[in-house]
Amino acid sequence: MALSRKVGLIAGAKYKGGGPMLSWVLHRISGLGIIIFVTLHVIASFLTQQLGSDLGIFVNTIYESIYFQLFIVFCAIFHGVNGFRIILLDIWPRLIRYQKESTWIEWFVIVPLYGLIVFIMIQRFLQG
Amino acid sequence: MRSRVMPKPSWNLEYLMWVFTRLSGLSIILFVVIGISAGLLMGARTQMDLGTLMRWGFFPNPNHVLDSDIPDLFLWTNGFWQVMQILVVFFAATHGFNGLRVVLEDYSSPGFWQVFTRFLIFLLWIFSTLVGIYVIISS
Repeated sequence: MALSRKVGLIAGAKYKGGGPMLSWVLHRISGLGIIIFVTLHVIASFLTQQLGSDLGIFVNTIYESIYFQLFIVFCAIFHGVNGFRIILLDIWPRLIRYQKESTWIEWFVIVPLYGLIVFIMIQRFLQG
Repeated sequence: MRSRVMPKPSWNLEYLMWVFTRLSGLSIILFVVIGISAGLLMGARTQMDLGTLMRWGFFPNPNHVLDSDIPDLFLWTNGFWQVMQILVVFFAATHGFNGLRVVLEDYSSPGFWQVFTRFLIFLLWIFSTLVGIYVIISS
């Protein structure tokens, strides 16, 4: 029997996948965040550079704000570290037994890295 | 109990893009490491803040370091970085738009609309890659 793919949002959210599921969800969200951000940023830079367009400047001003940067840095770091974890598990499939543990290791890398960046950026922001 | 016999992977689009996603993901991590280390070697530690260095790491475009205190842009605008930028744009755009296709096809079934979204994503991919390369060459 083929796996049923008709799973609603609420039924899907009740699935107790734990750490690996959280990583899967965040990997998708961060990936979509990055691709929307990068595409709009490329187009905005193109408009600014070629036409001096106000729209391009408006979009890039939003991107340069600290709140947006903290969000996009999280997306990039999470997507990179989690992607690296996925690649390692794909190269050595025997490690999939420990995929729950691998998500813990992942957070041990992400939390200090992202925390340090947030600390430095907010410190600089408050200094002006 | 015998273990399941796996079919041999064939060289179809799904398999090729699966491999490409892994390879391009690794290469983008490598590009970021090269960008940040080279930036530090070129004097980023004392001449720019962390945000600027990270923007440079994600995409080594001279526009990303214009607002910092670098004495002159010579080191940051040469052909090596242009080649790096084109590689980053190609790998990142292909990786990203293929990822968008995979996510969308998880929520749609084969048929007209799936072919339509594939075509739309293909156009977006070509368009943004070309625009990106144009911005790189002309900046």
